[in-house]
Amino acid sequence: MGSLLAYVGRGTLNFLRYTGGIARLGKDAAYWTLWAPLRGKGIKGRAAIHQMVLAGVNAVPIVSLISFFVGLVLALQTAYELRKYGGTVYVVNLVAVAMSRQLGPLMTAVIVAGRSASSFAAELGTMKVGEEIDALETIGLNKVKFLVVPKFLALLLVMPCLTLLADLAGIAGGSIFTLYELGMPMGYYWTRATEALLLRDILSGLIKSVVFGIIITMVGCYEGLAVRGGAEGVGRATTSAVVTSITLVIAADMFFSVLFYYLW
Amino acid sequence: MDATDAVIRIEGLTTHYGTRRILNNINLQVRARETLVLLGASGTGKSTLLRHILALERPTEGHVFINGIDTCRASEEELNRVRRRMGVLFQSGALFGSMTLADNVALPLRELTKLEESTIQIMVRMKLDLVGLTGFGDYMPAQLSGGMRKRAGLARALAMDPEILLFDEPSAGLDPITAAGIDALILNLKKTFPLTMVVVTHELVSAFQIADRIAMLHEGEVIALGTVEEIKQASHPRVQQFLNRVPEEQMRDREAYLRSLTAGF
Ligand SMILES: Nc1ncnc2c1ncn2[C@@H]1O[C@H](COP(=O)(O)OP(=O)(O)O)[C@@H](O)[C@H]1O
Ligand SMILES: [Mg+2]
Repeated sequence: MGSLLAYVGRGTLNFLRYTGGIARLGKDAAYWTLWAPLRGKGIKGRAAIHQMVLAGVNAVPIVSLISFFVGLVLALQTAYELRKYGGTVYVVNLVAVAMSRQLGPLMTAVIVAGRSASSFAAELGTMKVGEEIDALETIGLNKVKFLVVPKFLALLLVMPCLTLLADLAGIAGGSIFTLYELGMPMGYYWTRATEALLLRDILSGLIKSVVFGIIITMVGCYEGLAVRGGAEGVGRATTSAVVTSITLVIAADMFFSVLFYYLW
Repeated sequence: MDATDAVIRIEGLTTHYGTRRILNNINLQVRARETLVLLGASGTGKSTLLRHILALERPTEGHVFINGIDTCRASEEELNRVRRRMGVLFQSGALFGSMTLADNVALPLRELTKLEESTIQIMVRMKLDLVGLTGFGDYMPAQLSGGMRKRAGLARALAMDPEILLFDEPSAGLDPITAAGIDALILNLKKTFPLTMVVVTHELVSAFQIADRIAMLHEGEVIALGTVEEIKQASHPRVQQFLNRVPEEQMRDREAYLRSLTAGF
């Protein structure tokens, strides 16, 4: 009994320490991204562009491919049920709305978490182990400004773009199914899809994607900076970065979906 | 010694990792243009002490003053100003793996000064020459041997012409010839520039060669402090153990033996 309490207590403490650490890193990143440049402290533009290429441009093929398949399967599965009621035409609405409100942002976030949260953690963790982060600090350079902010900026911009791409690819995936299985002409499909979509469906997805981007950067960088104990520590941080960021992304997704459902 | 002429002043420094005490009430002063060697076995807290001098860790108790500024209380700006006058060679060299040697050395100059790129290039070449890495500017750190990596780390540490230079085990893990080369390099720097140096090491030969004074650490405490001669004469059993390379088991046997002798009284 006592040990159970101790276990729960320690777990709670660790959780609080973790969230506190993430929040502090987030605050620093926000300062160096938004406030410091206004006070003439500069920003690492080239590093940010480099990160955009790594996290964004290089993710385009995989995001499009996966979203395309998800859209196709979504059309197939909804048609399976809707055809019982003769409502297969509503497949278009379902695919369009589900992709842009939910699956586009979420699939993108899961892919980016797998690609970038892990690479952020591995990169910063290796630097931590090799005393490179200490070296940076003793030179008098801020590690958040130099290492975290470029990644933060990159994901802030790249996440909505990739999400938009995922929305499109998913809806396109659905059109393949409706064309060949239901014989629905492409033109009709796309007109119907655009009619079904409201601006807020797309916007709510994009807002979520920005939040997911913040979560992924913060968790990935925090895990990397917190590495202790050599190569094994880097491995653990990398795994933990992916698992934690996906978990937090899904929690945030739930929160925002409920919020948008009732308020918007 | 007058407290004001100490470049580095450590007062009552105590630190813990978790609940474990690593350093216990350390009091040390490093005078201007002096080379202080921190000598001690592995795990006695030498690197930890160095990290506190660099303000990379915060002590549980006590203070570190650099040129009179309390680094535990300093604002980030003050701290950066202090750090600009310090150069560090980390144990592994700590070169930025994603940059060439030249870019590593140039980084502090590019970020902290407004020098022209052409001037920076010249300064980088000078620093690389100084440490014996002429012509290696375009190499990546991964392409270098351990000794070269340390030399490159030293070139970066010298980039901003620091007054204080700190070394963490500069010759550890190197073959004797390369290690002697690094020691010679340190001696050369000492002769050429008005540097205040703190060198962490567990190697007697290099300690005796480069030190003006030696502080001997054991289990987080300074057990002896003095010139090379004074340390050689010190009667503290742990100092003698270290100087005579007596393994730990034998020490314990000796203590047990002494206790058994006195047990009857
Ligand atoms: N980040 C850390 N977390 C916990 N313990 C540490 C950490 N760094 C060092 N230690 C412990 O502190 C002690 C002193 O370490 P260190 O200063 O590296 O010794 P030295 O440099 O003299 O070999 C060691 O026992 C080590 O296990
Ligand atoms: Mg050490």
